[in-house]
This record gives sequence, C-alpha cells and structure tokens, in this order.
Amino acid sequence: MTTLLIAEHNSSTLSSATLCALTAAQAIGNDIHVLVVGKNVESVADEAASLSGVAKVLCANADVYEYALAEPMGDLIVYLAANYSHIIAPSNSESKDFMPRVAALLDVGQMSDICAVLSADQFKRPIYAGNAIATVTALDAKKVITVRASSFDKNAQQNDQKCPVETIDFVAESVLSSWQSDDITESERPDLSSASRIVSGGRGVGSGENFALVEALADKLGAAVGASRAAVDAGFVSNDLQVGQTGKIVAPDLYMAFGISGAIQHLAGMKDSKVIVAVNKDEDAPIFQVADYGLVGDLFTIIPEMVGKL
Amino acid sequence: MKILVGVKRVIDYNVKVRVKADQSNVDLTNVKMAMNPFCEIAVEEAVRLKEAGVASEVIVMSVGTTQSQEQLRNALALGADRAIWVEAESDIEPLNVAKAFAAVVEKEQPGLVILGKQSIDSDNNQMGQMLAALTKRPQGTFASKLVIDGDKALVTREIDGGLRTVALTLPAIVTTDLRLNEPRYAKLPDIMKAKRKPLDTLSLADLGVTPKSHYRLDKVEAPSTRSAGIKVASVDELISKLKDEAKVI
Repeated sequence: MTTLLIAEHNSSTLSSATLCALTAAQAIGNDIHVLVVGKNVESVADEAASLSGVAKVLCANADVYEYALAEPMGDLIVYLAANYSHIIAPSNSESKDFMPRVAALLDVGQMSDICAVLSADQFKRPIYAGNAIATVTALDAKKVITVRASSFDKNAQQNDQKCPVETIDFVAESVLSSWQSDDITESERPDLSSASRIVSGGRGVGSGENFALVEALADKLGAAVGASRAAVDAGFVSNDLQVGQTGKIVAPDLYMAFGISGAIQHLAGMKDSKVIVAVNKDEDAPIFQVADYGLVGDLFTIIPEMVGKL
Repeated sequence: MKILVGVKRVIDYNVKVRVKADQSNVDLTNVKMAMNPFCEIAVEEAVRLKEAGVASEVIVMSVGTTQSQEQLRNALALGADRAIWVEAESDIEPLNVAKAFAAVVEKEQPGLVILGKQSIDSDNNQMGQMLAALTKRPQGTFASKLVIDGDKALVTREIDGGLRTVALTLPAIVTTDLRLNEPRYAKLPDIMKAKRKPLDTLSLADLGVTPKSHYRLDKVEAPSTRSAGIKVASVDELISKLKDEAKVI
C-alpha cells in the first residue's frame, strides 16, 4: 500500500500546505511517494526528496504541466495511479480542479477537504460550510482525497539522506484546453485564503473610502483584508474579499472583525480561526458570541487608536 | 448553441444548520430549501447568453427528489426554456450525478454545460470536473468571466491569489464562482409562465445509470463550539490580551 501525494509548489519551493498534507498522508500510514509536476521543477523535487517520511519522489517536468491545467494533470495522475491505494493533495484551486477528474477517470468517489484521518479509509470532513462535521468511510479500493491544510500541522522535518527522485517521462497532451493569461493580484498583503492574520470590515465600516482604515490596520499587522457579504453587497469592496459561506472559508491565527454583526453566512467562513476579535458598537451583535475578545465601541476611533499603539 | 445548466435543491443559505440528535445527519425537517447559490449564477449566465443571442436554448436539469422540481420551475421562471428532472435520492453522490448528466449531454449535445462550482450542503466541489472527465470535454472551473468567441470559450478562473484565463474548445464544461454575475429575481408573470414550460421526468435507469456507493456516511456531528470569550474595556486591554494571553501579535 502506497500513497501518492501531489505537491503544491510555486516552481521554486514546496508550499506549507504540502507539508500539512504530508502529515495527513503519514496518518494514513502507507509508504509515501511525492509527485512534483510542472515546468523546471527539479529543485522542488530535490526539496521534496529530503522530507522526512517520503520514500520516493516522482518528477514530471514538461511544458504542458506549467499551469497545472486539469486535463493534462488528470491524465498524468491516472497514468501513475495503478501503483497507489491513496492519491492525496492539499486542497487548493489547482487540486480542486484536477482531483475530481482523476476520481471520475478511475471510477471512484472523492473525499473533498478532509480535516481528520481516522484510519486508512475513514475520514472527517466539513459539510454545510463547516456547520457540521461528517465522518465518512471511503468504499473504493483506491482513495482520491483532498486535504484541508489548516486542519493539519506541518511536517517540515528533514532527512539527512535524500530519497531517490524518479523522472516521469509521460507527457500528457492538452488539445482542448490552453492557458491564455494570468492576472495575479500584486498585493503586498498576504493572500486571504492562507493568511495567518485577517482584518475584516462589515457594513459598519460605512463606505469604500472608510475601508482604508481597515487596510491601515491590516498593513500594520501584516494581515490580509477581508469583508462580510454585507460590505461586498453594499459595494464597499470587491467580491474576492468576501469571507463567508459563499465566499472564502478562512482559519487564520487571528481574525479581527470590525463593524460585522455576525450573520450565520459570515460566521461559517471564519469560525475556525484560532483567535477572533470583534469590535462593534452594538453590544448585542451575534459576532460577540464567537469572539474570544470583544470590544464594544466605535471602530472609527478604535482602529486609529490601535494603529497608533501597535 | 444549446446550454445545459445544473440546478440543485439545497438548504437556504441563511438557515442555521442543526445536527440530528442521533448524529445520523443534519436535520432538514421543515427547513427552508432553495436553489444552490452557485446554480443560480449558472442559470443567470446561461440566460444572459441566450439574451445576447449566443445560445439558442437553455435546458435546466436537476438530479434529486420530487421537490427538486420547485427549483427547476424557479429556473424556468428565470428564463430557462425547458427542464429535465431525474428522480433520485437527495444524497446521491457526485459521481452518480455526473454520470446522469453525461448521459443527457450525450443525448442533447449542448455546446456548453454550466454548473455551480459546489453545492453548499455537501461542499464536494466535484461534479463539473467529473462530468468533464466522463464526457472528455475541457473544463473551466470557478469562472468569474465567460466569453464565447467562435468555437472557443474564454474562461477567467478564480485561482489562489488572482485570476487565470483559459481557452476551451467547445463543447465545454464551465463551473461558476461568485463573481461571474448577480442573479436576477423571478418576476411574477414569469413565474406564471414557467408553469407552462415543459418539464420532462426521467429515471436514472432511463439514462442507463446504476448508482454506486463510493462512500458511507457514518456520523454527522456539530463542530466544536466556541465559547463566547470576554469583553475588554479598552484598546490597551485588547492589545495586551492579544500580545500576552493569545500571543497572536
């Protein structure tokens, strides 16, 4: 029994989510092979080879894999699948794209976003935006799994001796789908989905201009900026900042909510944060029921005071 | 060009989910149900493509219980032309749903299939990708923009950290993300008109699909709840708590 872990990387280093998924893979208990796919990713494969608990690294290096398009990624993984009982990847916008393809081509189900490993075939995963946790047993001989990285600790242990790296010559084709362009947000701020600190604003912020206050505090803390659906619907900020059931689900170490009342829809997106701070002038706002630290007051005086004192 | 759109009946996104006392599942008794929000966006996009003259017909399809017909009627009121209801258990697994859609794709040959990226109940985010694999069609998931240009669909996808545009050779499968559009509300005359639009009923057997169980639901628990914590009196107290007690700044 061997597990194939598909690495997430930026072509130069492995992501921390890959190290979290490695912990999940170790909990499953098999030998672990890591697959590194991309263009010019030899250094990433080399990095993976020194990770503790990894028996072998497979490296598929070709132009067609540069943008991790689902069609060639799916074909490559299915080509390799015969030798593996578990195929596992950290949950991200790429793996969400190609892993269900792999499952369908293998005629098996997929376990999406597992948050705990109970045995080699039993897992926990959040449903209803994390408002319920399901315990699920995979019945297929081959298991295709994506891992919610924030639920597992990183395994960053290194081995002195590197494991072997095997080059995969299989080159998938991508006839029907091609990459056109990327528009990656050039923000000094961390990405909302993976940030360790988030400062969010809601309807109480009042306007798009006033969001500069929220941004100032975020920058002071090195945090990402988030927003409630009410703030997005009111046009204060763009949709991609929305934290909530229909937006981004986040679990940072610190989540600060300013002028957010705490609708169910919003709580579903942030309630797994380690520490929640709420600032609201309404002392009965539901957000205080989930906040570790609540401060009743006016965000327009509190934020500048915080920025000044931090 | 025909467009096939998937519609799923789910719990209304404003309803607080409760777990049953016996932990067998969530309790959906007497709970308000609605069209999955991402499916609403899919319907809207298809209707807009029809209004723009790009699409000739919009077919909506749901695989689910009898009550799923309500959401199909809703989609018809929003501008779809006809509906296909495939009768199934409410907890039918994504791969089985994908196989039902694949059978309808084979029969109807739509130029485009538009689906929600995930349903807000099971949160699987699988069906569109599985359908693309089964039908050997290219996929554009988590779309925030869709442009049909000749025999290509240009799909701008929401990816971690930004946007990525891919070109798909039609026929193709697209799944919607939140920013693709803002769905309209159904108007009363359209709701009345929708009652007369055709709604075909099929069984999984009609489509040659034998549903398989790929997993077993063992238990559903409420997540660990947070305790309400404390109220602090001042910014100074808050900063000192975050520094010394929580150690997060």
